[in-house]
Amino acid sequence: MEVAGALRTAREMGLVACTRCTRVWPAGTGRCARCGQRLHSREPKALQRVWAFWAVGLMAYVPANLWPMLETRTLVSTQHSTIVGGAVELARHGNWGIALVILTASVAIPVGKFLAIASLALGVRHGSALPQARRQQLYEVVEYIGRWSMIDVFVVAILASLVQLGAVAQVSPGPASLFFALSVIFTMLSAQGFDSRLIWDAEPAPLAPPLPGGRPA
Amino acid sequence: MRGAGPYAGAMTPTQTSHAPAPPRPGLSAAQLAGLIACPRCDAVYRAVQPAPGERAVCMRCDAVLIAPRRRAGEQIIAVALAVVVLVVAATLAPFLAIEAGGRAHASSVLDAALAFASAGPAAILALAVAALIVFIPVLRALLVIYVLAPIVANRPPAPRAAAAFRLSEALRPWSMAEIFAIGCAVALVKIADLAQVHFGPAFWMFAALVVLVVIQDGFMCRYSVWKSLER
Repeated sequence: MEVAGALRTAREMGLVACTRCTRVWPAGTGRCARCGQRLHSREPKALQRVWAFWAVGLMAYVPANLWPMLETRTLVSTQHSTIVGGAVELARHGNWGIALVILTASVAIPVGKFLAIASLALGVRHGSALPQARRQQLYEVVEYIGRWSMIDVFVVAILASLVQLGAVAQVSPGPASLFFALSVIFTMLSAQGFDSRLIWDAEPAPLAPPLPGGRPA
Repeated sequence: MRGAGPYAGAMTPTQTSHAPAPPRPGLSAAQLAGLIACPRCDAVYRAVQPAPGERAVCMRCDAVLIAPRRRAGEQIIAVALAVVVLVVAATLAPFLAIEAGGRAHASSVLDAALAFASAGPAAILALAVAALIVFIPVLRALLVIYVLAPIVANRPPAPRAAAAFRLSEALRPWSMAEIFAIGCAVALVKIADLAQVHFGPAFWMFAALVVLVVIQDGFMCRYSVWKSLER
């Protein structure tokens, strides 16, 4: 639009924006009077929180992969399968599609999420080669896709409740399911803790000079 | 996106020339009320209500800021009611049935949640699973109805409606009924060669939920809701 040069942030205008309801208030206002959200021009210690949840999520992700996700007891054997082991098993039986889905949901997406959140947080501190719009998109993808990792936990719950056929076959959840769920929950919290306005703060000064009364809050 | 079709002119960035005469204390309360800040990138705009069906997007980060729809309130309430009915019904009905070696077993969502309860430390997980696929989706739907019903009926907002809507928004990422539906499909394929598996009625209800949740989130214009709660 023709007046894009005057685009300024709430912080540059000496205002603080409510991230929940988009209302703006004078800097220093504690709570949004419209929706009750606590106001921060930039979430204080936002990056620390991101890293803290990120680390806990990563720690939980290790046992989630090493320990069995499912314990299958049949007439002849008891089988413990890990996430990757289960997918390999499926692929060996020719179920390539579903093995791929599981590997994507439980390995590719979680690992990608850890990398993406880390690169976003590092990008705020040290600058990033990616343009801001790209990083914003990356953040939105991480936020959107994060919850879908929970699918594996649900599959375990479904199988464990469904396959209760006495001596013929019985499935029960392994300890990894708990850790996997924790890992998903903590990475979701980590992503939510990230203040995406930080991505845009590093932008070179806009064309228009800041308001005379404007000051960084 | 910028300057094209329905987006053009929907937003005007605030201009320095529009700054009030005494600039020190900043903008007046009325002027502040007319501004909108992008929650993603903090850019400030003078809010211009787009026509129903059109959207106002942030020029910098493309976030959708305002997206009003005609009769959105009624539609969202209808969808929310459907969500409540479906989740409650789907909780009790079996979603998958299995048959192998002459034995059969059907499982409901309640059973799925309780599957973890017997596994010692994973008992917390049983609660979490039940919360994510049953309690939170139902609570969200009820909160949305509570908030929107008075607005649609042109009445003053319900008491503590802002807090209710805030809670509903905070719970949004934690409402996972639609993920559970896809989980059913994956589980089905996973054990298809181990046993005969059938979809139960609850599976189709969850499948419908996937669609409803998308509609619910697509129709909701958060800005419009907050705006009407402000009155």
